Parts: sequence; C-alpha cells; structure tokens
Amino acid sequence: MFSAVDPTIYLLAAATLMALSGVPGLALNRPAWGQHLAAFLVVVAAFMGEYAAVALLTGSPGVTYQVDWPLPFGPALLSADLLSVIFLMPLFLVAGCVSVYSVAYWPAHKHASAGKLTLFLGIFAASMVIVVMARNSVLFIMAWEIMALSAYFLLTSEQQNPDVQRVGIVYLFATHTGSMALFAMFSLLREATGTFAFPLSHSLSLPVTVAAVVIITALIGFGGKAGLMPLHYWLPGAHANAPSHVSAMMSGVMLKMGIYGILRTLSFFVGVPAWVGWLILLLGAWSAINGIAMAAGQRDLKRLLACSSIENIGIIFIGIGLALVGVQLHAPYLVVCGLFGAFIHIINHGLFKSLLFLGSGVLIHATGTREIDRMGGLARRMPITSPLFLIGSLAICGLPPLNGFVGELFLYVGAISDGIIAPLPLAALVAPVLALVGGLAVMTFVKLYGIIFLGAPRSDAAAHGHEATATMTAPMFLLATGCLAAGMVPVLLVRLVSPVVAFYGDVAAPALARITSRVPIVPLTIVNILLVVLVAVIGAAYLLRLRRLPRAQGSTWGCAYPVPTPRMQYTGTSFSEMMVNLLGAIVATNRRRPTLATAFPAAGTRFSYTLTETVLDRILTPVFAGVGLAFSYLRRVQHGQLHIYVLYIFATLCVLIIWPH
Amino acid sequence: MIVLADQLLVLVMLINLVMLGTSRLIFSIRAVAVQGVILGVLPGLIHPFSFHLTVITVVIILAKGIIIPFLISDAVRKAHIRREVEPFIGYVPTLLIGAVFTALSFAFAQNLPLAPEHKDLLFVPASIATLLTGFLLLTTRRKAISQVIGYLVLENGIFVFGLLLSEAMPAMVEAGALLDLLVGIFIMGIVINHISREFSSIDTSRLQTLKEE
Repeated sequence: MFSAVDPTIYLLAAATLMALSGVPGLALNRPAWGQHLAAFLVVVAAFMGEYAAVALLTGSPGVTYQVDWPLPFGPALLSADLLSVIFLMPLFLVAGCVSVYSVAYWPAHKHASAGKLTLFLGIFAASMVIVVMARNSVLFIMAWEIMALSAYFLLTSEQQNPDVQRVGIVYLFATHTGSMALFAMFSLLREATGTFAFPLSHSLSLPVTVAAVVIITALIGFGGKAGLMPLHYWLPGAHANAPSHVSAMMSGVMLKMGIYGILRTLSFFVGVPAWVGWLILLLGAWSAINGIAMAAGQRDLKRLLACSSIENIGIIFIGIGLALVGVQLHAPYLVVCGLFGAFIHIINHGLFKSLLFLGSGVLIHATGTREIDRMGGLARRMPITSPLFLIGSLAICGLPPLNGFVGELFLYVGAISDGIIAPLPLAALVAPVLALVGGLAVMTFVKLYGIIFLGAPRSDAAAHGHEATATMTAPMFLLATGCLAAGMVPVLLVRLVSPVVAFYGDVAAPALARITSRVPIVPLTIVNILLVVLVAVIGAAYLLRLRRLPRAQGSTWGCAYPVPTPRMQYTGTSFSEMMVNLLGAIVATNRRRPTLATAFPAAGTRFSYTLTETVLDRILTPVFAGVGLAFSYLRRVQHGQLHIYVLYIFATLCVLIIWPH
Repeated sequence: MIVLADQLLVLVMLINLVMLGTSRLIFSIRAVAVQGVILGVLPGLIHPFSFHLTVITVVIILAKGIIIPFLISDAVRKAHIRREVEPFIGYVPTLLIGAVFTALSFAFAQNLPLAPEHKDLLFVPASIATLLTGFLLLTTRRKAISQVIGYLVLENGIFVFGLLLSEAMPAMVEAGALLDLLVGIFIMGIVINHISREFSSIDTSRLQTLKEE
C-alpha cells in the first residue's frame, strides 16, 4: 500500500529537517521563537520518520541512494533495511518527545545556551539517522563522529561547572578511543573487500585472525559507545551531568547506536566464530550484573539511571549473545528468542529510560538537586509526574504488566527451553543471571521511587517542589502510554519485531511462527488485564475505606524519639546499605566514619559515603596520573625561551647534516 | 666574472662576521643592506645577460638592499633602541663560533656530492656559512630586532644556495623567495610592535611569560 512513495526518501528528508531545525534559531533575534520552530520541525520530522519506518516494516522495499561525492572513498550509499528500522523507530519517537520537552525544560529566556543546545540536538538526531542508514564506511565514520561530537557539545551545556568539564574530557577520551578502534576495523574491512562500501550481509569470510581482530575492534569501538563493561567508564558521569533531555536522548538512543554497529558488523560475516557468541554473552551478563550493582548504591538520581542503562545494555547483549550461541549450536529457540529479546529490549529501553530521564529533569526542575537523599514526599506535590515515573520504574524492573517484562520473557523462554537441551547447557545460566539482575533492579527502583516520592520532604527545596507544565509532562505521558500499551498487549511488540528477527536471523516465516507461538503471549495479555483489574479493584476498595475512616495526622513511626525530623527518615543510602555491602566486591564504597567516644556523637561529627567507580577511579585515573607525571619531565623542554627553540631547530639541522657522514 | 663572484662571496662571509661582532643595531642593519646589494649583483655575474635578469637584479637590490633595511631601521627609531644589550653569548665568543662555523662549512662543502661544475666555487660554503650565522644571530641575541636581522641573514644564505641551483633563475622561484621574506619581515614587524607595546620592551626573553603553565 505504500509502494507509491519511497520511504527511504522520507527518512533522508526527516534527517535533513532535523539537522537544520536549530539553524533559524541562530539567526532569529527572538531565541524563544527559534526554539519553538525547532521543536515543531523535529516533531514533523519524527512523524515522517515513523511513517517511513512503518512503511518499511510492512514490506515496502527499501531503495539504496547513491551520492557521488568528490571524495576518493567510493560513492556514499544510503539505505534503510529492517535492522535500521528497528533503531529508527525509538530514535524518531524519543527525538520528537525530547524536542517538545526541551522547550519548557531549557527555555531560551533562562538559558543563553538554548540556541546552541537546540542546534546540536537536531544535528545529533540527524547524524544518528545517517549512522543507521550509511552503507559506506567513510560516510558511516563521518556520521558517527558528528554524532559523538554533537553529543559532547550537548553534554557540556553547563560548561562553567568543573564537573561537567571533567566528564566532557572523559567522554571525549572514551569516544576517540572507540573511533580509533573503528578506524582500524574499517581499514581491515577495506583491505579484505577492496572497497569502502559495506559488504553484503553474510558475504564476508575472512582468515581467522583477521576476523578476530575485526570483531574485537568492533566490540571496543561500538561496545564503548554502547556502554558495555569495562568500557562504560564515561557513561555515568556523562549522563548525570548532561541536561536531562540530552541524557534521555543519549541513553535512550545513542547507546543503541553502539549495538547497531555490532549487529551490522556481525551481519557481514558468513559465519561468526564460535567464541564471539560466548564472549558477547559473558560481557552482557557482566555488564548487567555490575551495572545494576553500581546503580543500587548511587545517591545521584541521574547517575543511578545511567548505571541502570549499563544494565539494560547488558541485557540486550545477553540477547545477542544467546542468538549467536544458538546459531553455533543449531538451536533455533535460542536464535529466535535471543533476537526477539534483544530487539524488543532495544525498543523498550528507548521508551522507559527516556521516560525516566525526562522525569528526572522534572524532579531537578522542581527541587534543584540530583541528590535523592534531599528529596522526598514529592508524590503529593507532583501528582502527574509521580505515576508516570512509577510506570517507568516498574517497566525498567521488568515487571508485568509493563513492557520491560516482554523482552525478558523471551530471553527466559529461550534460555530455559533450548539452553537446557543443548549439549553444553551453559546458556541456561542466563535465566538465573536475569533473575538476579531483575531482583536487584526491583530493589534499586523501589529505593529510587520510595525515597523521592514517598515519606516527608527532606529539604526545603523538596517541600516546595511543584508540578511541571504540560509541555514537559505530555512527552512523558506519551512515552508512558507506549510502555503501558506495549506491556498490556505484547502482541504489538512481537508483531513489530517479527519481520526484523526474520530478516536479521535469516529465519523462515513458518519456523518463526512456530517458535513465537510457544511463548505465552496471549496468556500474558490475559494475566496483565487481570492484574490491572485486580489492582484497580483493591485500590478502589482501599480509597473507599480511607474515605469512611476518620483522619488523624502525626508522625508515622517515631522510633521512640520525641521530636523526629524529616532527616531521620530512611535515606536512599541507608535503604541500599545492606545490598551495597553484599555487592562490595563490585561497588567499592568509600566510607569515612567518625570515631565515637560516647553513645551520642559530638556536634559537627560527620559521616561521609562515596562510591568509587572501579574502572575510572581505580584504574584509568591512576594510570593517566602516572603518564602525566612521566611526561611532566618533558615539559621542561618547553620553557618559553624563543632563542632556545631556535637552537632546537639549529641542533636538529646540524645533526641531520652530520648524520650521513 | 666567476672570480669576481667568488670575491663577492668572500665579502658576504666577512659581513657575516661583522654582524656577529657588532653591538650597534644600525651598523648591523647597514651591513645586512650591503649584503643584500651584493646578493642582488651576484646573479648578473654568473648568468648571461637578459631583460629578465635585469628585472630580478633590480627587484632584489630594492627589496634586500633598500626597502627591508629601511623598514627595520624605522622600527629601531620608533622603539628607541640603539644597541643590543647583554646577548646570551658575548660578541667575541659568537664571533669565534661564527669563524669556526665558516671553517666547518668549507669542510662540509668538500664532502657534499656536488655537480663537478660547482665543485670549485665558493657558493656552497658561503651559503652554509651565512645560514649558520643567521641561526647564531637568532639564538644568541635578545632583542627582537636582532632576531629579524638574523632571519634576514638566514634567508640570504638560502638565496645564495638558490643561485647555484636555479641555472635559468625561474622568476617564480625568486618571487616565491622574496614573498617569503617579505611575509617573514612583516610578521616580525608586527610581533615587535606588539611586544614593545605590551611589555614596553622588545626583549624576547620576556616572552616566556606567555607560555602555558
């Protein structure tokens, strides 16, 4: 039905529109108009993009566009296949939501950087569209670098803040390390194929060592961008210090570009070496467990969400790893369920993580802090944000009836059915790993939601918290509706992802239908509906009962203290203390305790608690400090004496003259 | 004619030593002007006469002998300096080092794989000696003006070498060299102006306050 119009041209037009959306704002002398215009343009582009994505998913043929640029790298090829589409759908949705949200969150009349932010947000989104559509490695690298650099400019919006400067440097370092790996990888591919154009899928068979190097460099370059452990070190700081809508975009969409890169690279090979699946599975499991363990101990709202992104990326990698292992073991369940899990989770994570980051922006707007231990009692003060944030939290924990559960269900089914009957039932261990991660996630998000929204306000700022405007809550509402709809009617997600799985996994339609029919999707829908009805009935009964009973106000549980203060409530730190202690090997806590002489601490005694990040704080920072010290000796050569500089040249000349004799 | 050219080149090398030995800036500038005029005459002596050659000679004498020295002495007058004070290495030691370098450049030129027709000429040792003198001036003198002079001497050394290489003296090569020189002087002039304005002194050793910490 879409055959009359070519969807790919819509995608390119949407990318162009988004890239240029911020330009009028730079020229207009009323920056607020520019911001509104940019938001409008991005929303229009998002609609065009989603329309094209749906058209491609329903079978409209993708066309390859060739641009004969004057660069010596072969023609620039652009096309969108089903693998691109699965990344484009959340991209356009989140970009649209974020651009509307930014109008109220980062208004031009309050922030001088709004024009710059709007411009780079558009370029950022457009570059990602080009990343997933590029079919030439040079074009790909260009779009990739534009994406990485515009993300840098976005996250350093508050550049006066020294923390922001530091994470900016760390981010630049991380992204350039990754780019270096990608340069190596694409050079190797160029050597092997003789052209910069991407090889056709399943057409590349390389010598064992070359293939190994290509895959390892891809894992370093793309995995670093995705936040795969141990290359995640840039992620918590960058996401925490960026403006919230930028964090939503980075976490919800940019991390997935790393996953796209790995999936695309793996698709080149005729047969992927056997160890790759296990490696990806292992790295995924490691990231998932470590990520959620790091999240559990955080006190910074956005840092917690960022760490949980590492966990979710880990789950996606577990799915990919299961599929690769399945291909190697000839286990169709593993392949199909792994891919289903990974693709569904890619969409889901885009929905709920963006929702939570946008929610965190509302909270920061209301309270002026990112410390969850200074919030509290916001459920009464923010009656719209609170349930939306709850939906996001439940979804990210993977609890029914929300969408997070659907993706994990496929992974469980795959691991339990084919993982166990496999000759080497290691893949079945994925199920307990997922269960552990899910449990830790529930505790983490109970802490997050409970400390922020329940109890009494812990600071004046929290006590005066206020609800955000509809411009900010409407995009969140849209994302939450997406989470709920996809969770209640999982058939939607399955229908959406099926063609992509069939395309990427090379699975025939009947086999696919046979396997998906074994996954209890329809029962899940029924259970979900029952669950919602049950919650509604119990809630209604509770409210009725509450209305009939007399009301009294007082402190909940004074612990025998005659004058309790809100500061004596459970804090996030105390809530997660036991969990963090158990996970001590993964999250290193740094506690400074006062020594107590009497039963009561003296006035002014302080206890402080910080979390260290193993890779960044314990490995990279000391290593670079050492390197810096070593090179400081070299700095003596640079002393500012012009004459001696000329002398260096002179000495070099003399050496070069004397050398051959 | 070739004998005359060789004698002029000896004069060029002697001027080098004069510049190393003097402390008076005006005298250095005049010496560089004389050196420029000699260099302007040289092409006429070694190449057959042509209209093209006349133009080049005139332009070189104008630029190296008159315009640039005039610009520098103008700067000297504006900046109110007469003498180079406290060079990093004293005048007599630099003079001696200059003499050693000149001797070494003769020794070095002997070892170079030159074309046989250039073997017995003074062009190569003179050019290397002038080059080294320029470097010596650049490294040992403190005032920015002296460094401009050093730069000029360096360029003169390169020019002498160019005489040897470009048999037909393509105008483009010469124009390029002159342009290069002009740009160099231009930049130096601007730098000197700025230095004296900012620091009320043109002592380049004070420039180290500009380095990053």
